[in-house]
Amino acid sequence: MPNMSKEKVKMKEQDPLLRIKNFDEVTCGYTLEEAMEEAGRCLQCKTRPCVGGCPVSVPIPEFIKEVSEGNIEEAYNIIATENRLPAICGRVCPQESQCEGKCVRGRKGEPVAIGRLERFVADYYMENIKKDVEKPESNNKKVAVVGGGPASLTCAADLAKKGYEVTMYEALHQLGGVLMYGIPEFRLPKGLVQTELKSVTDLGVKVEKNVIVGKSITIDELFEEEGFQAVFVGSGAGLPRFMNIEGENLNGVYSANEFLTRVNLMKAYDFPNSPTPVRIGEKVAVIGGGNVAMDAARTAKRLGAKEVKIVYRRSKEELPARVEEVHHAEEEQIIFDLLKNPVEIIGEDGHVTGMKCIKMELGEPDESGRRRPQPIEGSEEVMDVDIVVVAIGQTPNPLLRDTTDGLDVNKRGCIVVNEDTMETTLENVYAGGDAVTGAATVILAMGAGKKAAKAIDEKLSK
Amino acid sequence: MYKIVAKRKLNDLVELMEIHAPYVARKCEPGQFIILRVDEEGERIPLTIADYDRKKETVTIIYQVVGYSTKKLSLKNEGDSVEDFVGPLGQEAPLHKVKRVLGIGGGVGIAPLYPQLKKMKELGVQVDTILGGRSDEFIILEDEMENISDNVYYATNDGSKGIKGFVTDKLNELIENGEKYDLVIAIGPLIMMKAVCEITKKHDIKTNVSLNPIMIDGTGMCGGCRVTVGGETKFACVDGPDFDGHQVDFDEAMRRQGMYKEEEKDHVCRLGLED
Ligand SMILES: Cc1cc2nc3c(=O)[nH]c(=O)nc-3n(C[C@H](O)[C@H](O)[C@H](O)COP(=O)(O)OP(=O)(O)OC[C@H]3O[C@@H](n4cnc5c(N)ncnc54)[C@H](O)[C@@H]3O)c2cc1C
Ligand SMILES: Cc1cc2nc3c(=O)[nH]c(=O)nc-3n(C[C@H](O)[C@H](O)[C@H](O)COP(=O)(O)OP(=O)(O)OC[C@H]3O[C@@H](n4cnc5c(N)ncnc54)[C@H](O)[C@@H]3O)c2cc1C
Ligand code: SF4
Ligand code: SF4
Ligand code: FES
Ligand SMILES: [Mg+2]
Repeated sequence: MPNMSKEKVKMKEQDPLLRIKNFDEVTCGYTLEEAMEEAGRCLQCKTRPCVGGCPVSVPIPEFIKEVSEGNIEEAYNIIATENRLPAICGRVCPQESQCEGKCVRGRKGEPVAIGRLERFVADYYMENIKKDVEKPESNNKKVAVVGGGPASLTCAADLAKKGYEVTMYEALHQLGGVLMYGIPEFRLPKGLVQTELKSVTDLGVKVEKNVIVGKSITIDELFEEEGFQAVFVGSGAGLPRFMNIEGENLNGVYSANEFLTRVNLMKAYDFPNSPTPVRIGEKVAVIGGGNVAMDAARTAKRLGAKEVKIVYRRSKEELPARVEEVHHAEEEQIIFDLLKNPVEIIGEDGHVTGMKCIKMELGEPDESGRRRPQPIEGSEEVMDVDIVVVAIGQTPNPLLRDTTDGLDVNKRGCIVVNEDTMETTLENVYAGGDAVTGAATVILAMGAGKKAAKAIDEKLSK
Repeated sequence: MYKIVAKRKLNDLVELMEIHAPYVARKCEPGQFIILRVDEEGERIPLTIADYDRKKETVTIIYQVVGYSTKKLSLKNEGDSVEDFVGPLGQEAPLHKVKRVLGIGGGVGIAPLYPQLKKMKELGVQVDTILGGRSDEFIILEDEMENISDNVYYATNDGSKGIKGFVTDKLNELIENGEKYDLVIAIGPLIMMKAVCEITKKHDIKTNVSLNPIMIDGTGMCGGCRVTVGGETKFACVDGPDFDGHQVDFDEAMRRQGMYKEEEKDHVCRLGLED
């Protein structure tokens, strides 16, 4: 008999007033008992609607059944057939619009906590069971993957499991992409990311850090000089957008990428024990309403800012961030200053002192179906701020397009691929993740990496 | 890990290292730079490629010890390694054959100037050079510069070598004497490049400068390195670091470069690394 409670088993969280003083993870995870109890809410639907909502088709009812019986190793193995980064996905997937969004239990009450269960299984496995992965036997075929983010990691893992000799080229000094430099510790602990990364590299994937494909070596050279038979490009969408308004180059204006990279990748939160500094100030305005904006705002709060505002030009319903992030941000006293758009950043002696914003109202729906924000004339006001973080989106870096003849991109700079195989306009060059879609999600990037791996295998097995 | 195959002190503050870095050495061109991290806990610091040897797969960097990371770098010796070394970054310098070029280098800026002038020489360009520094001992790469230049002029603050004064004094003098140049390449402190550009603009001599804003990734990912050139925002790490000096907003660049002055000062003291 399933557990018919309408609500998910609660997950322990750090108290908001305590957690804004540290970088420890906000949510504490389930215990084995809690996980088994929550797993009991799953109806084991024959039609598996939840699986259809997961971009990598994790066998959800199957793994949950094992959890409900306390077989965590088995549950892990089931998840790992489709997803090699479950501790990460369980934490950062927008479950409400994916797996859990399709769960039948969600029609009356809350859906099964699929994300939390996935996270639990991964954490429990890593802590209590973890077995060394075996390096598969080589099939002597060489594939290069560009970038070390979730798209490339997934593609590399799937190919390595089949015996391909995979080399991963990463521009930075660390693998992980946005998982390491973007998403903060309190949401995705870096130690855990490293452990999941290791489960990929242990499959025998060779890693070359500090190599920028397009600069240090070109895609053509990967084929001609290094003898690779296929290349997968998972270079992400790393180029920050700015607003192009007056005052944007004042000291104290950061892109979210810079702000978060300083804090996460370069550990500026530990300055001066770490050598990279970051400026916080008293009053911080973060512009944008997505996950990136929430992360920047909550990071600023933890670094001691007295007042942190999210400035967003639409209303609360349109915030693109995960529901849980908005909820956590509110608990952490982040102020939501909605229906406002910055028009100028004001400074004194070269440093930000204020930001002029115009009030907005929502008009007719635009192409995306969201109501289009329109400025209310004459409603400009200056708010007092000393740090501004611009989090209005990222686009793919033009570097690879500029250095690779024949690699077509669309007008947003995203690499053009055949949707079925992820092959680009260049033969044997595949691409996926944010580099193809523009800034999206971890799990979509992983799904793309997986699809490409399958197509590469089919092509090279011919 | 990237091995330090040679290390030399050029003066009290400036050191040279030759580092084994095959990817960079195979591809780099004058004007480009690298980013390194000294050790696992290190920050990412950009340094210009001062020279390279494609056969030995080595890259030469010349750095002035100014703060925490350069101090830590200078503690490393021949045979040791640095943790990370990535490149080549940035665009190669836009060097074309002209009749006559004047290179102006200030302090450690002489290092990045050298490969550009060397390449100009190889292109068959007549090269004159002005080198400036605090005093005689702060002028680096004299022999190398003498080798590729028709004339090398010196300017030091204390007059211990060449004229007593700034490189701009020498520049004015050359122009007044009727010397004609098609191009000036000026690399040094921002304040020096700004002063040079004020003069060359008046005389309508095209001038390239090399900007060195604060960088992190060096790949266009953070936007921290943004500079205003010709009224537009550019990312120096991917669009530069060399720009048309007459278009650069130097005042903004100077302001942005000083962004962390306070923190950096504190930092060196608190870690007990000060002299
Ligand atoms: C702050 C922030 C918070 C986010 N929060 C969430 C969330 O909660 N949930 C969610 O699902 N998604 C979230 N996202 C989005 C998600 O992180 C991305 O969609 C995902 O990481 C994309 O994966 P990717 O593999 O395509 O690219 P990336 O993760 O961007 O990785 C690309 C990698 O390639 C490297 N690279 C780039 N160019 C080259 C080159 N020329 N040569 C070699 N290496 C190169 C980069 O250095 C990087 O390591 C967030 C993003 C940010 C920035
Ligand atoms: C493209 C480029 C090429 C450069 N080439 C050379 C070179 O060939 N030789 C050389 O001696 N120096 C060069 N620099 C400057 C060099 O990067 C800095 O001197 C170095 O980062 C100082 O680090 P620190 O920790 O020792 O000093 P800190 O005390 O941290 O800083 C001292 C000053 O250096 C600058 N600086 C600090 N961090 C950075 C950073 N991440 N990026 C850029 N500047 C920073 C700031 O103006 C700061 O006030 C170059 C900079 C750039 C951007
Ligand atoms: S990978 Fe993401 S979408 Fe798929 S089941 Fe897990 S949490 Fe849900
Ligand atoms: S839809 Fe919900 S209840 Fe049904 S199998 Fe999936 S998780 Fe279980
Ligand atoms: S250093 Fe980050 S974009 Fe230039
Ligand atoms: Mg420093």
